[in-house]
Amino acid sequence: MSHLPFIWAAYSIGTVVLLWCAFAPLVRKKSAVRDIRRLIQLEEPARDTDT
Amino acid sequence: MNTNIAVKDKPRKNALVLFIHKLGSPPWFYDFTGKFIPWLWLIFVGLAAWALYLGLVRGPADYLQGESVRIIYLHVPAAWASLLIYASMAVMAFIALVWRIRIVEILAMCSAPIGAAFTIVTLTAGSLWGRPTWGTYWVWDARLTSELVLLFLYLGVIGLYNAIDEPRKAARAACLLAIVGAVNLPIIHYSVKWWNTLHQGSSVSLLGGSSIDASILWPMLIMAFAVKFYYLANLLTRARVRLLEQDLRKGWVKDVVREQRP
Repeated sequence: MSHLPFIWAAYSIGTVVLLWCAFAPLVRKKSAVRDIRRLIQLEEPARDTDT
Repeated sequence: MNTNIAVKDKPRKNALVLFIHKLGSPPWFYDFTGKFIPWLWLIFVGLAAWALYLGLVRGPADYLQGESVRIIYLHVPAAWASLLIYASMAVMAFIALVWRIRIVEILAMCSAPIGAAFTIVTLTAGSLWGRPTWGTYWVWDARLTSELVLLFLYLGVIGLYNAIDEPRKAARAACLLAIVGAVNLPIIHYSVKWWNTLHQGSSVSLLGGSSIDASILWPMLIMAFAVKFYYLANLLTRARVRLLEQDLRKGWVKDVVREQRP
């Protein structure tokens, strides 16, 4: 039995899982920053009209 | 008049205590940890590349296991990481419950997905190693089953944290589950001694040395060291994002976002 497919499969799955785990927070950060920018844009005109 | 008396009487804070106090401040934590993250990733990539080169390119095949031994450079460091991350999560959960430090709560909760990822890698790589070595992908022996229970514990902590809307209440509930689940750690570690398992006993011991040849041992140890940097870098990245999400309406978060390019 050739062991090569098992080695390739193990490292491929490991790489995908660890890459996903590393990039998931970056995607979340992008979405959080977008929300915060939207909040800033909503608040700033309101503050300008108050003054 | 001796003015030194007043200076001496004034309580002075230890530098370490001051540092811990500073770490409790979200803006300071966000700024401070942001400087280290790229270096932690860089060290991880360097060490992992070195370990893989030694293990996959330079290292020999095992006389008994053949080429499948190369899977252990992934399986064993991931298995150690899955246990270490759970232990650190349980310690942080305890600190968070006793001293109610929000950043420690966040760090404990951000550890769970990373630990779950390492447990998935451990189980899949172990299963793929088991097929050519044992002739089966899976057996319900004590080591494999207790590692699977560890994955369910991680998923339980993640699920409970996300099921409650108020983040601090959610963290307290999930921290309690994390502490209770720590009972599984000695079961995983000693399962190969307490029960008759297909999984072999420990080949590496902190005090008793190792029965593995140096050409296989060193790449494994370097990889085990590398994944600690992966954990730290990933944990700090996740904690910073969680802080941004939780402090969405606070001034410091808006300042951070204003400073970033759109």
